[in-house]
Amino acid sequence: MNSLLSLDAALSRRALFRYSFVTTAAMLLTHRAGFALPTVPNPRAKAGAVIQIWLWGGPCHIDTFDPKPDAGHDYCGPFTEALSTNVDGIRLGKLLPNLAGQADKFSLIRSMTHENNGHETASYMVQTGHADGDRLVYPSMGAVVSLLKGYDAGYKGLLPPYIVLTEPQGRFSEAGFLGPRYKPFATGGDPSRTPFAVEGIVAEGITPEHQKLRRELLGRLDSLGHSNHGAFDEFRKAGDAAYDMILGEGADVFNLAKESDELRNRYGRNTFGQSCLAARRLVENGAKYITINYKGWDTHKQHFQTMNRKLPELDQGLATLLADLADHGLLDSTIVWCGGEFGRTPKVQWEAPWNGGRGHYGKVFSTLVAGGGFRGGHLVGASDARGESVADRPVYPWDLTATMYELLGIDPDGTFPRTDDESVRITPKIGGKLKSGGRLKEIV
Amino acid sequence: MFQQALLIFVSAILSLPLLRAIPVEPYETDLPLGMVSAPSAALDNLVKQNSGGIRRARLCSDEVFLRRVFLDTIGTLPTMEEVRSFLADKSTDKRSKLVDQLLERPEYADYWGMRWADLLRVKSEFPVNLWPNAAQAYDRWIRTSLRDNLPYSEFARHLLTAEGSNFRSPPVNFLRSAGDKDPAALGSIAALVFLGERTAGWTPEKRDAFAKFFSRVGFKKSGEWKEEIVFFARPSDNEPLDATLPDGSKVKIPAKDDPREVLAQWLLNSPKSTFAQNGANRIWFWIFGRGIVQEPDDFRPDNPPSNPALLAWLGRQFQASKYDTKQLLRTILNSETYQLSSIPRDDHPADAGYTSYPVRRLEAEVLIDAINQITGGREEYMSRIPEPFTYLPEDQRAVMVPDGSISSSLLELFGRPPRDTGLLSERTTNVTASQRLSLLNSKSILSKINKSGQIRRALSTAPNQEEALNRLYLTFLSRFPTADEMKTISDYQPPTSAGKNQKLMDIAWVLVNSPEFLYRH
Repeated sequence: MNSLLSLDAALSRRALFRYSFVTTAAMLLTHRAGFALPTVPNPRAKAGAVIQIWLWGGPCHIDTFDPKPDAGHDYCGPFTEALSTNVDGIRLGKLLPNLAGQADKFSLIRSMTHENNGHETASYMVQTGHADGDRLVYPSMGAVVSLLKGYDAGYKGLLPPYIVLTEPQGRFSEAGFLGPRYKPFATGGDPSRTPFAVEGIVAEGITPEHQKLRRELLGRLDSLGHSNHGAFDEFRKAGDAAYDMILGEGADVFNLAKESDELRNRYGRNTFGQSCLAARRLVENGAKYITINYKGWDTHKQHFQTMNRKLPELDQGLATLLADLADHGLLDSTIVWCGGEFGRTPKVQWEAPWNGGRGHYGKVFSTLVAGGGFRGGHLVGASDARGESVADRPVYPWDLTATMYELLGIDPDGTFPRTDDESVRITPKIGGKLKSGGRLKEIV
Repeated sequence: MFQQALLIFVSAILSLPLLRAIPVEPYETDLPLGMVSAPSAALDNLVKQNSGGIRRARLCSDEVFLRRVFLDTIGTLPTMEEVRSFLADKSTDKRSKLVDQLLERPEYADYWGMRWADLLRVKSEFPVNLWPNAAQAYDRWIRTSLRDNLPYSEFARHLLTAEGSNFRSPPVNFLRSAGDKDPAALGSIAALVFLGERTAGWTPEKRDAFAKFFSRVGFKKSGEWKEEIVFFARPSDNEPLDATLPDGSKVKIPAKDDPREVLAQWLLNSPKSTFAQNGANRIWFWIFGRGIVQEPDDFRPDNPPSNPALLAWLGRQFQASKYDTKQLLRTILNSETYQLSSIPRDDHPADAGYTSYPVRRLEAEVLIDAINQITGGREEYMSRIPEPFTYLPEDQRAVMVPDGSISSSLLELFGRPPRDTGLLSERTTNVTASQRLSLLNSKSILSKINKSGQIRRALSTAPNQEEALNRLYLTFLSRFPTADEMKTISDYQPPTSAGKNQKLMDIAWVLVNSPEFLYRH
């Protein structure tokens, strides 16, 4: 039996892990021939990684990236001023002073639109870059990157290629028809606490010695596995990969205590700020797609009170992230995008039961993009005087994802293979019912 | 390089089951089965004739049978008391008596109801959009039908032809679950579920002909929020409908008749219909993890059954029993084929001809329920959409979750099907590194084990160490520990820094993380 155990040890664990990914992917990605990974050499492909800051619930565009200080109290509530920034002509909501000092690093799309006001459908469209209504459920952009830049494409990182801090966003926005192989690794835990107890990787109260002893015991007591060795290969390989993360250097990436207190304070000692810091460390260590799932933007009630609390947090964390990525020389190769599934009704709902809230608004909203080949200091499109509809140059979710795919060297017009006969595209074919404002050539 | 090759060679020799001359303890037995009923014996003969000369595995032990048949029939682990009493029972027909008992337990309908709800895509939100109260009414109807052992033919007839409100006439939700609700979409879900055929692979003519039977289905709103009525839309011009059945025969359907009834009539009664075979094959798939036609929802001429005689026989049995699902299950579960050990005797692909029982990881819901059963743990199942959020009582078992939109992160992690397409392949039982991290080392799983009052009580009331270990093994693995295992455990010392109960807690952790716990075997 010992020779069986040492066999596993003798083979390269990572190689086995990779192998199992490839075969499963091949299985999932069906038997039809002619599949080539749709990655193409592209002179504009500058991005190696993506950090997505997902403002779950839908942040208000006119209180953040598209202020309308002249629209009056019914629209602005108490937020009657806007801040000028270090770029002429770009103004921001008054609670975003740190970002105002970094406006040369990012561009703002002020004409995002998909006209849908349901969380689930709107999230689906923004996360996947596909319209709803197809019988097929498409994977989120993170899962596509995981497929095309992850293990199947030779990824050798310490940690999974697609990671969400800290809780998953929900199924409709994740792996879709690609299946659970391409779902994100959700860290769980809270990066603002010490230690950042990443679910499964860092267990409080168990020493590495104890981990090793338990692992040995697990091997010795595996009576069924010893009788039927071949039946549990997949189980063993997955276990080895898991222990590589628990006992290897993987766990160290999440150790935020390795950063200076000064820097940690600049990010903000809260869950969001420290998630931004963790995201930078993950990019540094090769992760390909990181989502920070930042909840709490669905402000039907208590809207302005919530903004007063959350916007400074967002401002501090995001502004520090952009500056810190730039300091580390990572901003040019890392796309950062920040937004939610829609905006919020520009006209404040003062009436009961909302008493000063804002509803869902998919007709026009804003998204921030930076790094990875996106130029900074530009505005794309515009909303009308009250932020109620697109005034200029609409941008649909698929226009944005197609642009990001191009920057990543992924052909947006390439196809997925799947279990049906027709081929399925990375981003949808424009035409018919599907409208488009075109890819964002003006800022790449 | 050479060393690696040598290691592989040596390990291959060691693992060759050919060398085994005696049953593997505690998983196999030498004792023959008692009386095998005539239908089960017939099934065994049909399987043996198709085994391609591969030697069958031995019979599984009572311990293995008990655990396996609990999991396969009611999706639940046997309790410690159930294990002790079954092992102590000396009667020769105890296995078949157990099958009869399990099929009458309420968990039978819970478990098989979950499987059917996957197929029928019971889900309130995106992309199926049944809406919560309709999804829950539909789920309850499915489980009640299974509890009452409604003949499968009647079950299908209701789903195909029902009329009325989505809240009050639950089976109408079957047609409501089709994406576009046009006749082609309605036909495609009907073909998938009841014929196991994917209309995407059909000729356009065949698709159109099949869709015609759904061309007089109407949908309308009522005054109640999110209520929808499905009805037979009788044509105002009173023109009959010319339609072609899947076997090519032409029918003229009078305007007063619902064409769905005509299709259902053909489907359930025509000798040319594959309805019975498809239904039986799917049950076989649910028991063995691999259909005689695989995938079971991909019947087509170029995907033939691996054992045509067996499939035909199962279909005939199913039809002759008036589509009695429990009777078909009884035939399968009492067969020798079902009761083979999972340890192959010859070196061959495990699923080649049902010559050994194929191991599979427990499904997400069953696994989480099993962990909660042995630890007394709970789990929160909720849906954020639509608002207000839906929460289920925390002591509810995962197999009972009535709506695909209601979930938990553990369910997602372990591959619960999203219920987007109704394909059986949506459910995955792969083992991933993230799943291993969760079971080995996550706070949620570790605290379930470490904080379990149930485990602590069982251990603290044990008169001695041996009995404490017995209780752990009986509860977790449905068997007593072997002498070798006892020896390994007595040699094990956790670090001195750990707490005084640490040793037994480490054993509990090991058992939850062993393939014997995580897989049906």
